[in-house]
Amino acid sequence: MLTKRTIKDILAKHAMFFLACAVSLLVIFIFGGLFFKSSTILKNKPLAELLFSVDWHPSRGNFGFAPFIMGTIWVTVVAIFLAVPASLLTAIFLAEYAHKKIRGVIKPVLDLLAGISPVIFGVFGILVIVPFVGNGLKPFCEKFLGFIPFFRSDNFTGYSVLSAGIVLAIMIFPTMAQVAEEVVNSVPQETRESSLALGATKWETIKYVVVKKAGAGIIAAIILGLSRAFGETIAVLMVVGNVIKVPHSLFDAAYTLPALIANNYGEMMSIPLYDSALLLAALILLAVTVFFNIGAWFILLRIEKSYV
Amino acid sequence: MNNPIRTNLLSVSYGQHQALNDVSIEIPARKITAIIGPSGCGKSTLLKVFNRLLELNDDIIISGEVFVDGQDIYDKGVDVYSLRKKMGLLPQKPFPLPMSIFENVAYGLKIHNHLGKGKLEGLVEHYLKEASLWDEVKDRLHAHAAKLSIGQQQRLCLARGLAIEPEIILGDEPTSALDPFSAERIERKLIELKKRYTIVVVTHNIQQAIRLADYVVFLYYGKVVEADTADKVFKSPQSLMTQAYIKGEFLDEVWFDKEARLINKVAQGEGI
Repeated sequence: MLTKRTIKDILAKHAMFFLACAVSLLVIFIFGGLFFKSSTILKNKPLAELLFSVDWHPSRGNFGFAPFIMGTIWVTVVAIFLAVPASLLTAIFLAEYAHKKIRGVIKPVLDLLAGISPVIFGVFGILVIVPFVGNGLKPFCEKFLGFIPFFRSDNFTGYSVLSAGIVLAIMIFPTMAQVAEEVVNSVPQETRESSLALGATKWETIKYVVVKKAGAGIIAAIILGLSRAFGETIAVLMVVGNVIKVPHSLFDAAYTLPALIANNYGEMMSIPLYDSALLLAALILLAVTVFFNIGAWFILLRIEKSYV
Repeated sequence: MNNPIRTNLLSVSYGQHQALNDVSIEIPARKITAIIGPSGCGKSTLLKVFNRLLELNDDIIISGEVFVDGQDIYDKGVDVYSLRKKMGLLPQKPFPLPMSIFENVAYGLKIHNHLGKGKLEGLVEHYLKEASLWDEVKDRLHAHAAKLSIGQQQRLCLARGLAIEPEIILGDEPTSALDPFSAERIERKLIELKKRYTIVVVTHNIQQAIRLADYVVFLYYGKVVEADTADKVFKSPQSLMTQAYIKGEFLDEVWFDKEARLINKVAQGEGI
């Protein structure tokens, strides 16, 4: 019988179903929209040229994304390189060594750190990291390691791949540490005991057994960090220098894909294909991020199942 | 030194809960000692006291003395790693290390000695044979250990434990997760091994204790009720509690325990 209560119940159920569908559809809608919009440039230019050409002159009709793609990869790789060891060691410390009380303090701090607005990290980067890289690290490295091109640059400011990498590393560190900590924590206690009972030390147990058992999950944590680093816009844009050139050194300035979109979309739309080119950049970004995320969650889900 | 393990007024509590209460027992060398009693009476705790795995838990208070080979293992200067090396642990459920069959056995060998590859291969083979697993795995030594059946995994755990050349084997209900056939293989192995090792087995399966034990410790809620040779405990138990437990007439609550019902079924199946 349809009373007021049952009607409410049915309405609530359908409303929630509709909202859930709408959110899922949104992703498909965005994908479709981006694909539709960027198809204009894909029809006009070969994909290989768009991806591998270093010539970016929209006014001349040249849309080579290579500097942006390379800039993004450089910054992401530097960030991962810095953040992975730090977050792994933090996760292991929290899961294996830290006393309950210490864990109770550090974990909320990580939560907090993960929730801070990127623009604040950007400001922090400009105020602290950029001068530190420009006035400290760069002269030092050029003096002692300057014979390696990797450490040499004609960029005379601290706005560089390295600065962006450091800022990004700080940003992705808490998420990676949290996920890795959960994964390490989920390794069964008996597996540790098996190793310890054989007379292994705690460190041997962690190194050979716990990390190995948690391996897939740790990789998932890294992929999540990677995907976040790849898509991060504002904090990177503020410290990377935004020079359209393929970087060759840690101290070169660069330009990333998200920064390209954020800086230019909505301006100079009179140039033909410009709009379409930027949306192609967005499509690439979205595809890579979604791919990484699905990969990471797939791994994490499989681990969860294997422990049940 | 006839008794490799001896405890003196050993008490253990987890926070408020007292798991062991003034336990004073001696474990004879080269015999199988069965620690029996209902679930949750402190059997496994007692076992973990011996190899000091207990201290991994938070809020553990241990008092009294535990001697292994005459040395108080809770003394400050004790090297806990060489203490654990003296004891091979056979857990309740097999937990193979996340590596290949070969590496599982080689793990302890690698940690404690620096061996060449040839020597390592020989030893791994030796201990897999010792645990009666070699014939089943010799063609797939480098397969992941998790691919083995549970019974095989448990024998792998035995091989892994034997490989550190212990003097003592600790079994924490080592057959409770296994099918009867695999369980029997483990039991036979233990009887064979007691010629060279001191074996302590925790079990709530009385039939198993009767089959295996030379010496029995009956624990009830953290207290030793009776500890004597198997003959005496099973044939002429001194305490009424022991009598009742062995006959399966124990307190009602035990009967509602899943595991206890299992014991009953096994007993009926064997016509006892």
